[in-house]
Amino acid sequence: METVFQFIGENMEMVYFLVLAILLGVEVISNVPAILHTPLMSGANAIHGVVVVGAIIVMLQASPDNYLALGVGFLAVIVGTLNVIGGFVVTDRMLEMFKKKPKKS
Amino acid sequence: MQLTFLEIAYLIASLTFIIGLKMLSHPDSARKGNLIAAAGMLLAIVVTLTLYQDFDSSKLVNYGLIFGGLVIGTVIGTMMAQKVQMTAMPQMVSFFNGMGGACAALIAIIEYQHHQDSTVTGFDGELLVMLLGLLIGSVSFSGSLIAYGKLEGKIKDKVLPFNQAVNMTLLLSIVLLIVYQLVIGSNPLIFYAVLVLALVYGILFVMPIGGADMPVVISLLNSFTGMAAAFGGFLYGNKAMLTGGILVGSAGTILTILMCNAMNRSLTNVLLGAFGGGSKGAAKTGSGDQTVREISISDTAVLLSYSQQVVIVPGYGLAVAQAQHICHELEKLLEEKGVEVNYAIHPVAGRMPGHMNVLLAEADVPYERMQEMEEINDKFANTDVVVVIGANDVVNPAAKNDPSSPIYGMPILEVEQAKNVIIMKRGMAAGYAGIENELFFYPKTKMLFGDAKATLQKLTAEVKEI
Repeated sequence: METVFQFIGENMEMVYFLVLAILLGVEVISNVPAILHTPLMSGANAIHGVVVVGAIIVMLQASPDNYLALGVGFLAVIVGTLNVIGGFVVTDRMLEMFKKKPKKS
Repeated sequence: MQLTFLEIAYLIASLTFIIGLKMLSHPDSARKGNLIAAAGMLLAIVVTLTLYQDFDSSKLVNYGLIFGGLVIGTVIGTMMAQKVQMTAMPQMVSFFNGMGGACAALIAIIEYQHHQDSTVTGFDGELLVMLLGLLIGSVSFSGSLIAYGKLEGKIKDKVLPFNQAVNMTLLLSIVLLIVYQLVIGSNPLIFYAVLVLALVYGILFVMPIGGADMPVVISLLNSFTGMAAAFGGFLYGNKAMLTGGILVGSAGTILTILMCNAMNRSLTNVLLGAFGGGSKGAAKTGSGDQTVREISISDTAVLLSYSQQVVIVPGYGLAVAQAQHICHELEKLLEEKGVEVNYAIHPVAGRMPGHMNVLLAEADVPYERMQEMEEINDKFANTDVVVVIGANDVVNPAAKNDPSSPIYGMPILEVEQAKNVIIMKRGMAAGYAGIENELFFYPKTKMLFGDAKATLQKLTAEVKEI
C-alpha cells in the first residue's frame, strides 16, 4: 500500500493533470446539438490519434537490431497515422457539407 | 533548450485540442475547429520527430522506418477517407478508432519488452499503466472492427448462449490476471494472456449489440481509445498525449450519454442489448387482420403538387438508396409550384445522431429546411402530407401509446397528426427495433412500395408533368 502512495506521490503532477483534463473534456462538449454528434465523434476520434506520438517515441528509442520492437513499432506508426489522418479528413469532409449552403438558390 | 521547446510545443498542441474540440461542438465554427486540432497534431508529430531526446543521450535512430510508417499511414488514410461514401461514415469512424486502439496496444507491448529488463520492487505503477493501455486498446481495437463489420453488413448480430455470463467471466479473469501481475510478479505468458482475453472480450462485447444502438457503442469505444492514448501519455510523461487522450475519453463518455438520452435509453440497456438484438417477443406480426392502403405514384404526385405544406421524413432507407439528391430535386420542384417543403429530422435518424443532416447537406438541402424534432412536432397538425422515406421506428406511435413496446418512451416524430401520411418502403419489413408499426394501418396512411430512389425518380417525373 505504501508503495502505491509513493507512486501516486511521485506522479502527483500527472494526476492533477488527469483530473483537470477529465473535467475540461466534460465542460468543453456539454450541450452539443444532436446534428453535430457524428462530426464531433469523428473529430474527437482524430484527436486521440495523438497516440501516434507514443509510437514515434517507441521507435526512436528502439535499438536498430531489435527487430521485434521495430516491426511492432512500425505497425504502430502506420495504424496511428491512419487514425489521425483518416479522422481529420473524414471530419473535414462531413463539415464541408454543412458549410456551403446558406445563400445558394 | 531543445527539451523546453518540445514541452512548449506539446502545450500548444494540447491547447489546440481543447480549442478544436470546443469549436467542433458549434455548427458555425466546427470546420475551423477540426483544422485547428489537425494543425496541433501536426505540430506534436513534427516536434517529436525533431526535438525528442532520450534521457541518457540522443542516440535516436530508425528515422527511415518512422517516415515510412508515417507515409504509408497518410496515403492509406487519405485514400480511405476521401473515397468513403457519406452513408458509410459510421463504419469508417469505427475503423479509424480501431486503428487508434491498436496503436495504443502495440505501444504497450513494446514497452513491456523494455520493462522486463528493469527490476522494480514493490508496486509497479508503470506496469499497471501498461496493462491498462494494453487492455483498453485491445478491447477498442477488436470491438471497433466488429462494429465496422456489422455496419458494413458483413457480420450479423448474434447473441451467443450465456453471452453476458461469458463476458463477465472474461472481464473478471482479465482483472485477476492484472492484479496477479502487480502483486505476485509479471511474466510474458500472463501479459500476452491479457492481450488475447482483451481481444476476445472486445469481440464478444460488441457482438450482440445491433441496430440503433451501434452509434452508442462506437462512441463508447471512441472514448476507450482516448483513455488508452492517455495511458500512453502517462507512460512517457507526454502531456500532449495525456490531454488529447483524456479529453476524448471524457468528451466521448458525455457524448455517449447524450446519445443514449436522445434515444431515451440507458447505457446499461444498450450494453445488455435489450433491443437491437434481443427483443424477440416484440417481433410478433399483427398484420393478419389489418389492411394497408396502397397509393399509386401518380396519385402521390397530384396530392403533393396541390398541397401547401409537405414534410419529408428521411430515414436510413433513403440513405442506403443514395436517394437524398433526387429527394432534393423533388423538393425544389414542389417549391416551384408553391408548396412549402420541410424535412423533419429525428435526432437518431440515419445511423448515428446527426448522420442524416450530413447526408442531406451533401445533397445541398438548405440548412433552414432541416427541422429538428421539437420544432417540427408542433407543425404536423398543419401539414397536408408527410412523406416518410425509409424511416420506421422514429415515426412509430407505439413509442407513445404502447407501454409494452421496446421503444416505448422514445421521443418520435408525431407524423400521425398530419392530414395525410405517405410511407415509402420496400415492403412490410419491420425496422431496426424489429417491431410492427401500427402507423401503417391508420386510415390516413398510404403505402408507396418500392425502392426509395426509383420511386422518387418516377414521382419527380410525374410531378414535372403536372
